[in-house]
Amino acid sequence: MEAERRSSDATVPELLGLALFSDYTLRTVALGSAALGITSGALGTFAVLRRQSLLGDAISHAALPGVALAFLLTGSKAPLALVVGAALAGFVGTLVVMGVTRTTRIKYDSALGIVLSVFFGFGLVLLTFIQRRPDATQAGLDRFLFGQAAALLRRDLITQAVLGAVALALMLLVWKELKLLSFDPDFGQSLGFPMRALDVLLTSLLVTAIVIGLQTVGVVLMAAMVIAPAAAARQWTDRLGLVALVAGLFGAGAGVIGAVVSAEAERLPTGPTIVLCASAIVLVSLLFAPRRGLLWREARGRRDRRRLRLAAVLEDLWTLEQQHVDGAHAHSAAVLAVMSGGAERSLAELEQQGLVRQVGDEWALTDRGRAEAAGRATS
Amino acid sequence: MTSGQIEIQLIAVVVAVACALPGTFLVLRRLALVSDAISHSILLGIVLGFFVTGDVTSPLLLVGAAIVGLFTVVLVSTIERTGLVREDAAIGLVFPALFSIGVILISRYADGVHLDIDAVLLGELAFAPFDRLVFWGWDFGPVSLVVMSVILALNVAAIAVFWKELKLSTFDPALAVALGFTPALVQYGLMSLVSLTAVGAFDAVGSILVVALMIAPPATAYLLTDSLPRLLALAAAIGAASGIAGYWLAYVLDASIAGSMASMTGVFFVLGWLLAPGRGLVAAARRRARQRLEFAQTMLAIHLANHEGRPEAEVESRVEHLHGHLRWDASFAERIVRGAERRGLVVERIGSLELTDAGRTLAAEAVSR
Repeated sequence: MEAERRSSDATVPELLGLALFSDYTLRTVALGSAALGITSGALGTFAVLRRQSLLGDAISHAALPGVALAFLLTGSKAPLALVVGAALAGFVGTLVVMGVTRTTRIKYDSALGIVLSVFFGFGLVLLTFIQRRPDATQAGLDRFLFGQAAALLRRDLITQAVLGAVALALMLLVWKELKLLSFDPDFGQSLGFPMRALDVLLTSLLVTAIVIGLQTVGVVLMAAMVIAPAAAARQWTDRLGLVALVAGLFGAGAGVIGAVVSAEAERLPTGPTIVLCASAIVLVSLLFAPRRGLLWREARGRRDRRRLRLAAVLEDLWTLEQQHVDGAHAHSAAVLAVMSGGAERSLAELEQQGLVRQVGDEWALTDRGRAEAAGRATS
Repeated sequence: MTSGQIEIQLIAVVVAVACALPGTFLVLRRLALVSDAISHSILLGIVLGFFVTGDVTSPLLLVGAAIVGLFTVVLVSTIERTGLVREDAAIGLVFPALFSIGVILISRYADGVHLDIDAVLLGELAFAPFDRLVFWGWDFGPVSLVVMSVILALNVAAIAVFWKELKLSTFDPALAVALGFTPALVQYGLMSLVSLTAVGAFDAVGSILVVALMIAPPATAYLLTDSLPRLLALAAAIGAASGIAGYWLAYVLDASIAGSMASMTGVFFVLGWLLAPGRGLVAAARRRARQRLEFAQTMLAIHLANHEGRPEAEVESRVEHLHGHLRWDASFAERIVRGAERRGLVVERIGSLELTDAGRTLAAEAVSR
């Protein structure tokens, strides 16, 4: 493959800027990864919202025997046949999860664990069974394990793009109903919407999003492409529509950057590279997203604590002043420290703000400080 | 059977039992997918351990991997505690990232030095007997058999020693706190066991099978019993049976042993799901069918009792009439009447039904209830 032979000297922007538009393989890889990223990101939003994040993991693992069976039955590696096989198996997997949780006392997490490991195990049996057959036509099926973007062909890309577009169009068509399903299914039921059918539809869309990515990212890691973009996007906005949009963009970004870097560099498997890009986006979002982000939250906590600390000292000073006949009475820092901790530091900061002044060794309110404290005390 | 085959099956059984024991508690505590997370992320631990020791057979690799496994759990709960993402998403964020780092490190820096991604992910039990533990000229058996036996013994010992702590914190964490136990400590102890077991099993059977062996046999056993000791014993037995059956399935198909074992855990699960006494799908269906018949027979008795001794009784108590009155089709009515006859509720005289004393009592009881 042309792309694999080149060295990894170029920087990421260079790759994206130059190579993307000149190199045919690279363009295929990037477009395919963008399609998978947008679809899985947008539909993953619902999975994460409905606490079904790991359903994606079960579906993608469950798809493996479908790929192998499709190959065994049709004898072809046509992308559509394999994708349909994967989708059917993934769908059967979710039906089993639903059936087990509905008819037994086994909980959702165990049902997911059983489906993902047993289906995957069965898929392995089929794969090894196929591999040991005399004819060598099976080569390449094992790239479904970890994905291999560099091996994407034009026909794969077309399959991915068309399926992704159909899934996204359906999602937009029943957007309002899906929103209802995610936030208040009981209310939706009472309004007469077919919630059960919508649940099945949404699951089918998720299955579609996942099988699109199997060839690029692989069954083992595809779950991350459902969860990570949505979890990252959730930090930036509270609106469902925006979360889905941003998740789609994050997914596409991670997909394109990861796939291109992996295709250019040597020995950098595609699936893990894309997943690490998505994980980096999540990390940045968890830390820096406005309002929800951890750093943001830490800064706000600090600001609040400081304000409370200063207000306490100011009010103490005012209370002490009220107990004395002569107005502007000064008090020692030690007295204030007894009333509220950390008084020395607070006094220095208050002095900077012009709310208190130092009288010899002691502290008194300024006029502005008195007004401020009185305002607080009476409010 | 050759000695190699016997050894492979022995390893399979020991691995399966060692996984089933901590797995039972995972299933009961709704932490099943933690096994998925741990079994993937320990790959990173093995790679890092390899970088430090430069030796793929070093026992330090196991320790390093177990620590990374535990670290995964800590990381998941740290992310979850921020309140920014929920638990399921936190699991799904952590292990793919750690696993990806592991895979990339292997393929860039450790490719070809016996750390093969396929082997670690999928395991290759078939080669396990070739890697033998030899000390002072004595052959102690395959390394993975020795390692897993030690881990199994450790699991049994830990569960026996902390039996009441595990039991209490699993079924009633609030009471456990009230009585002065520390559920968090029990939790991390359990996670250490899971992590260690996963690492040991990972080497022999690969990460996905670890999940299958930890979850499916305990879940199957959970369909069959309510007592914790029996649950553990059954889970271990089902795991062991899956191991042996899986080996022979693989032998017949010439396919992956680990995959076949995972498939067999699934087969046992489906059997339990369908056939479990009392709770299985078949038992439930039969119970529903029986209830439907009993209900219909009671209806028949009430119907007859209603019209007994009245002028219309002649018409109402004819079998053909049931079709119109109770909206039963002819064959269903026939079945119900025959059933009621067998139970001694009614007798038929020339096409007309008459209640027996037992039937009258049943009708009176049903109506007065």
